[in-house]
Formats: sequence, structure tokens, C-alpha cells
Amino acid sequence: MRTIKRVALAVWDFVVGDDWRVALGVVVAVGATAVVAAGGVAAWWVPPIAVVALLADSLRRASR
Amino acid sequence: MSGQELGLAIAVFLACLVEAVEALTIVLAVGATRSWSSAFSGVGAATAVLAAVVAGLGPTLTSLPINVLRLAIGGLLLVFGLQWLRKAILRASGLKALHDETAAFARETATAHAVARDTGAFDGYSFAIAFKGVLLEGLEVAFIVLTFGANQHRVGLAAAAAGAAIALVVLAGIAVRAPLARVPENTLKFGVGIMLTSFGMFWAAEGAGANWPGNDAALLVLIAGMAAVSLAMVAWLRRTTVDSIPRQTPA
Repeated sequence: MRTIKRVALAVWDFVVGDDWRVALGVVVAVGATAVVAAGGVAAWWVPPIAVVALLADSLRRASR
Repeated sequence: MSGQELGLAIAVFLACLVEAVEALTIVLAVGATRSWSSAFSGVGAATAVLAAVVAGLGPTLTSLPINVLRLAIGGLLLVFGLQWLRKAILRASGLKALHDETAAFARETATAHAVARDTGAFDGYSFAIAFKGVLLEGLEVAFIVLTFGANQHRVGLAAAAAGAAIALVVLAGIAVRAPLARVPENTLKFGVGIMLTSFGMFWAAEGAGANWPGNDAALLVLIAGMAAVSLAMVAWLRRTTVDSIPRQTPA
């Protein structure tokens, strides 16, 4: 059980890293892109805006 | 070779170059201070594990439907790329210490000297440190090879680009016999972060059903745009940091 927990924590640290909010934001942004695209509207602009906003927010918190 | 394939080869090559330089420092430190043969055994074992991971997961991933693959792998790559880019921007703006191979080599060497040595021919410490160093640095490369390669069904090309970078670093390491401190690691990491984020964005959006204006050409615009935004963020953070330091008036 302890080994599973350690492996899970290592995978989390490897992929998600220092700021889990960025990972959550990416999931929300990709979901929003899918919803907009399914509505028949151009959705390519959603990820770039989300990425810039997520990065700026994460850096702002890291610099405090 | 298409534009996307060229981008794949460059991104994998640069990412692998950076990780190989870091792994080389660890191997050099334990090899030079304790046992070359045990350190090389560790390198061989870690390389075999990494090759098995790529060979095992590559065909499984490429068998998935392309949109599922692009959505899942693109999303993962975007999270992973943002992590790289965030650290690179913090380093470039002076908010995080720069990676210094000479300092890392000195640290590893001091630790290797301090640990007691077995009397036998095989040195477990050298093996374990070399194995762990190569495996941990290599896992990031394996992840990039798999995500980039599977998305374009070119795992072979991605693995070849990674192999070329490793060969270059090994040859340079043999020639210099010292940590490759002159490789502009922090700049390369900045560039790789931009490429991982841009490719991740491109594929995740396609997987989610979006169509990029200009198709593949949009990738170049994304890379240029992310580079400009990242540099602007470095300038913003530098200004913020300087402004936050209280000005001292002479007594």
C-alpha cells in the first residue's frame, strides 16, 4: 500500500509538478474547447488564451 | 519530412540534450570518484528500463484512435510543458536558481567521497546513483518521446532524435572529461518549454474538436507567440522583483 502511494505521488509530482492549479486549468480549458467546438463555433482561440492566463497567474503567485 | 515531424525531432533532440547533460554530470561524479565499471552498469540498467518503457508503451499508444490520443496526450503534454516553461521563466527572471553543472558536479563528488566504500569490485553506491540519475532524467525524455512520437505515429523518429542527442553528449563528455558546464542549459530548457507547450496546445485543441486556421502553419504562430509571451513575462517578473526591493538611502 505504501509503495502504491509512493508511486502515485511520484507520478503526480512528475506530471503536475509545483502548481496543481495549472493542471486543473488545462483540464478545464480543454473541456471548454470541446464544448465550444461541439456548438459549431470556432474554438481554436480557447487554449492560447487559457494558457497565457494560467501561466501569468501561476508566475504571479510564485513571485509573491 | 513535414513541418510537424521536423518540430518533433528538434523538440525531442533539445529536451534529450538537456537531460543527458544532467545525467552525464551525475555519472561523471560517481565514476571519477568511486568506480567507472559500477557507474556504467547503472547507466546500462537504466537505459534498458527506459528502452523497455518506450518499446512497451509506444505501440499501445499508437493503436489508440487519433482524436483520443491527441486529446489525452496533448493535454498531458500541455500540463508537462507549462511546468517546464514556468520553471524556465522563473529561472530567467532570477526568482529561481539557475541550473549549474559545475556546482552539481561538486555536490555529487563531495557526497560520493563521504559515503563508505565496499571492499569488493562492485560498488553498489556508484551503480545506484548512476541508475537513479539516468532513470529520473531519462523518464522525462521517454515521456516526451512517447507523447510526440505517438501523436504523429513516429515513435521511431522521436527515439532516433533522442538517441542522437545522447550520442552527442556522450562524445562531448568523453572529449571534455568534465561536466558540460558550457552547454546553455537554462536557455535550452526555456526553448523546450515553449515547444512542449505549443505542441501540447495544438494537439489538445485538435483532439477536442477545434480546427486551427492555416492547419499545421498555426503551430509556427503558436511557437512564436509563446516565445514572445514568455519573454514578456520574464521582463514583467524582473521589473516586479526590482520594484519590490526597498531602495536604501545613504545614512
